[in-house]
Amino acid sequence: MLDVESKLVGYNKKSENVEIQETLMNKIWQFGLLIWLFLVSLAAFLWAPLAEGLGEYTRILYFHVPVAWVTVLAFLIGAVYSISYLKTRRIIYDQIAESAGQLGLLYCVLATVTGSIWAKVSWGSFWNWDPRETSIFILLLIYAAYFALRSAIEEEERKAVLSSVYSIFAFVSVPFFVFIVPRIYSSLHPDPLINTQTKINMDGKMLTTFLSSLFGFTVLFFWIFKRKIDLVKIKLDLRKMEN
Amino acid sequence: MEIFRLKLLHDAWLIFQKDIRQEFKTRYSLNAIFLFALVTLVAVSFSIGTFTASADIKSALLWIIIFFSAMSGLSHIFVREEEKHTADTLKLVAQPTGIFLGKFLFNLFLLFVLELIIVPLYFAVMNFEVSGVAVFISVLLLGSLGLSAGATMTAAIISKASAKGALFAVLSFPILLPVIVAGINGTKIAVKQVAFAEAGSELQMLFAYSVVVITAAILLFDFVWNE
Amino acid sequence: MKLIVEKIGKNFGEKKILRDISFELSPGKSAAIVGPNGSGKTTLVRIICGLIRPSAGKVKYIEGNKQIVTQEFYKAIGLVGPYLELYEELTARENLMFFAKMKRVSNISDKISSLMERLNLTGQEDDQVRTYSSGMCQRLKYVFALIGDPKILILDEPTSNLDSDGIDRVYDIMNEQKKNNILLIATNNQMDLQYGDFQIEVTS
Repeated sequence: MLDVESKLVGYNKKSENVEIQETLMNKIWQFGLLIWLFLVSLAAFLWAPLAEGLGEYTRILYFHVPVAWVTVLAFLIGAVYSISYLKTRRIIYDQIAESAGQLGLLYCVLATVTGSIWAKVSWGSFWNWDPRETSIFILLLIYAAYFALRSAIEEEERKAVLSSVYSIFAFVSVPFFVFIVPRIYSSLHPDPLINTQTKINMDGKMLTTFLSSLFGFTVLFFWIFKRKIDLVKIKLDLRKMEN
Repeated sequence: MEIFRLKLLHDAWLIFQKDIRQEFKTRYSLNAIFLFALVTLVAVSFSIGTFTASADIKSALLWIIIFFSAMSGLSHIFVREEEKHTADTLKLVAQPTGIFLGKFLFNLFLLFVLELIIVPLYFAVMNFEVSGVAVFISVLLLGSLGLSAGATMTAAIISKASAKGALFAVLSFPILLPVIVAGINGTKIAVKQVAFAEAGSELQMLFAYSVVVITAAILLFDFVWNE
Repeated sequence: MKLIVEKIGKNFGEKKILRDISFELSPGKSAAIVGPNGSGKTTLVRIICGLIRPSAGKVKYIEGNKQIVTQEFYKAIGLVGPYLELYEELTARENLMFFAKMKRVSNISDKISSLMERLNLTGQEDDQVRTYSSGMCQRLKYVFALIGDPKILILDEPTSNLDSDGIDRVYDIMNEQKKNNILLIATNNQMDLQYGDFQIEVTS
């Protein structure tokens, strides 16, 4: 995963004139990812055993948790690119941060919806203000605020600066939230099952499926992200050519 | 004045004085905040009655009133400079950090004035009682510190955007939520407990939040102010 | 103090406003920035004052052999421009006191009264700026610009809103500034142009 990220960064530095080529490698990657996610889905429904007490609801774990993880990852990447923008003032970094934000928002909505469905079937209501539900909701609010701010500013540079500052500022304040909320609402989340701090109570097959899914979703995110970065570069190049 | 040896603090103090002077000639922010707080207080008291609500609910309502009142007036400090085209004039004579600190002080002052009036009223009208007065006051003071630090920064951001009024609450809410949640929790504890230790982690968190947010704001303010 | 402008360029989005503008000014020199409306005169002035960032190039202020950091050259600059407003709720004196204290000026009240006299505003010190007419506002902006004894005086549309008495007083100020310090004006007015030793043309 880190490898993919560092490759992306190197790729950005190389040049802004990128020609998108449908290389064979690219196709193999994409096809591989498709197979991988297909196998993960199959494993989640057919191969992995059910957790005690959760029954059939266990299966959503393999989709909900990776999606939530990617949401946080996108938020982090957005903040990193915002910092790069403020340091270098190159508009491309802001556009990349925006792309990360768009993907983050999408994944955030997915995480909220899947979580909500899970909550309904296992705890009885769609929304319980469980600490993690609340945290993901805060991320949703931050993403919404980020895009509301962007749409309220016309001038490109000003938009880039202010939204970068906001995303960094939000990034700094989120950890407090994660700290304070659990003190108020006790968690309903199946903690011991997933939490790595205590011990992993997942059985081998479950763990394999879970980690494969986590990996698959992360790669999927980076693949879409890379596509969006390419798109941003093409747009910027086009604009340069027009002038 | 010994304490103002530092140029930055001196600047901040001068800007604070200037803003106070300006505010007392128009009373725009003060009126907005205070009237908003009063109206919400009346609405809350009227709709839930004096004796029906539990202390937990009353603690939460107090912070909700404070938060939304703050949202009605704390952005004015920067919006005024932008709308009256005085921002550039100020830029010519002051460093960004001094400006941020001055504006932050002013918003803090505004919140304190609001709380001085609205909190006793709230206690009277809502029949609200706390056992740990010292704990409550500490939570309130540290909470205001965090609220004004976060709000001052978002105010600076939205002053450069269009649709300022709506954006201010939208941008501030997720950032200030830790303060509100910790404030509510701290107040709930103060209702029952006298000892500081009981609310220790809330107070620590509020303090840490203020320090971190003020630091981040000072580092980032330069980008907002000088674009 | 010396002002060096090096290859300044500015884009708004992809729109190029300024391209490759360079010049130098040392004490006793003056220059006029000229160009049609919308050519970027004001943008250039704002870049020189550090109010906005250039997209390319540098503005340097040199004292002795040292380059002065941004925060310090503010004190050396006096700027008059239509986009610089004073606080209208405050009186002229309150405004000037605030700005003079921020610039760490000494003998503030003496300076205020002599400058107010110089711009023929004596007696209006304690009126709110909102009660001032546009011409009086323009005069007051000169008091604001001159209060720190600026080594560099930058005037954007120096004579706008002024009556003939005001214009005379402003030309007087320009003449004096030119003698020992730096004067930079941005204008299209033929009369004003004479106060620049040379012209900097800005075209878009």
